[in-house]
Amino acid sequence: MKLLELLGYYNYWVFAITLMIGLYTVISKDNLIKKLIGLSIFQSAVFLMYITMDKVEGGTAPILKAGVEDQIYSNPLPQVLILTAIVVGVSTLALGLAIIVRINECYGTIEEHEILDAD
Amino acid sequence: MIIVFALFLLTLLVITALAIVRSENLFVSVMLLSIFSLLMAANFFILDAADVALTEAAVGAGVTTVIFLSALALTTEREKQQATAQHVALGSVCILAALIIYATFDKPRLGDPEAPVHQHVAPWYLEMTPEHIDIPNVVTAVLGSYRGYDTLGEVFVVFTACIGVLFILGVRPPEQSAKRTAESGGLRHHLIPQVVGRLLIPFIILFGLYVQFHGEYGPGGGFQAGAIIATGVILYALLEGEGAALAAIPRPVLLGLVVGGALLFGAVGIACMLMGGAFLDYSVLSADPVLGQQLGIIIIEAGVGMAVCGALLSIFHAFAARESQP
Repeated sequence: MKLLELLGYYNYWVFAITLMIGLYTVISKDNLIKKLIGLSIFQSAVFLMYITMDKVEGGTAPILKAGVEDQIYSNPLPQVLILTAIVVGVSTLALGLAIIVRINECYGTIEEHEILDAD
Repeated sequence: MIIVFALFLLTLLVITALAIVRSENLFVSVMLLSIFSLLMAANFFILDAADVALTEAAVGAGVTTVIFLSALALTTEREKQQATAQHVALGSVCILAALIIYATFDKPRLGDPEAPVHQHVAPWYLEMTPEHIDIPNVVTAVLGSYRGYDTLGEVFVVFTACIGVLFILGVRPPEQSAKRTAESGGLRHHLIPQVVGRLLIPFIILFGLYVQFHGEYGPGGGFQAGAIIATGVILYALLEGEGAALAAIPRPVLLGLVVGGALLFGAVGIACMLMGGAFLDYSVLSADPVLGQQLGIIIIEAGVGMAVCGALLSIFHAFAARESQP
């Protein structure tokens, strides 16, 4: 396989690695805020995969230019999905953080094993 | 040249993610997460997704960081040392990563025009947008009109999350009286952030409004504009204290923006039905179907902008108000 062709997969490899870094943080860290940070990384990795799929070789952002005939445009659909997902992501993240703040008020800690011990 | 830059940015992304996980200070992790978002936004821009890059920069690097920091102020900044090593977790994610990387060799290469994702409905959107809606930005056309149902759903998810945060943080903290301490003064005593911030805020808000109303012609729209304007107001709150920001835009106005924005979106859909079309079929809004589509998109984008801006600011104030309690 040619080197350039292999480089075409580099985005997907970065997606796989960041996805797994996020997953590792979620499953292995005890601190609840750290878990949410991991979840954000996980989410961003998924966004990267979708946006990678929208790219068309020689294309440009899907904003049509009047009077230009043979311009190639990248795929607008994954962009629409991810655009809204980012804003929804921050709202749900805030909901998670609000729950953690309440947990901290009730248990005095945000470490998972200490909370389980207290129960 | 651009491919070398892209590889560099992607490698930085992985390094930043590793640093976020390894850092034991949560404050450092959150600041690195902000850098991670900014790098991600640059990557999105290289991959031709200007709208998404704008959103990620405003939301990921701006609003998310502020919300994380306000949560840290309410909890703790240091992560406790973990007693046990996580060999099983590390082993399993390494195996999973290897499996996913192995699976990517079956995926179409980056930029392959023959990839299945480019064969289905996307070319139709690109081809028919000038005829149906006649606005240059196809992303806005798909977001507002072709897939208006999705967007309506997303706006209501934002709305629901905002209401959830207000309910969870709205109750008084246990064993504490509700007596409020003196309002925090923000950064009023720091001259340089004060002067620079004051200079920047009007331009941030102006840019937000530009992004809102220019969303049909360039990268932009309600989601980005709402986030950018919210960032500007949050900056004002950080500089002048939360009280000053609440005096400028009181809580009922914010709630009105959230509810009004979501309702405006839904009302456009109902109006379409009353005028004889299908739900969210804007063509019937005007005698000329193309004009009707444009009108519908402008109104729903305004609704989206109001809802997102109001929701993000309400969430910020919910966290900030809890901080100023003793």
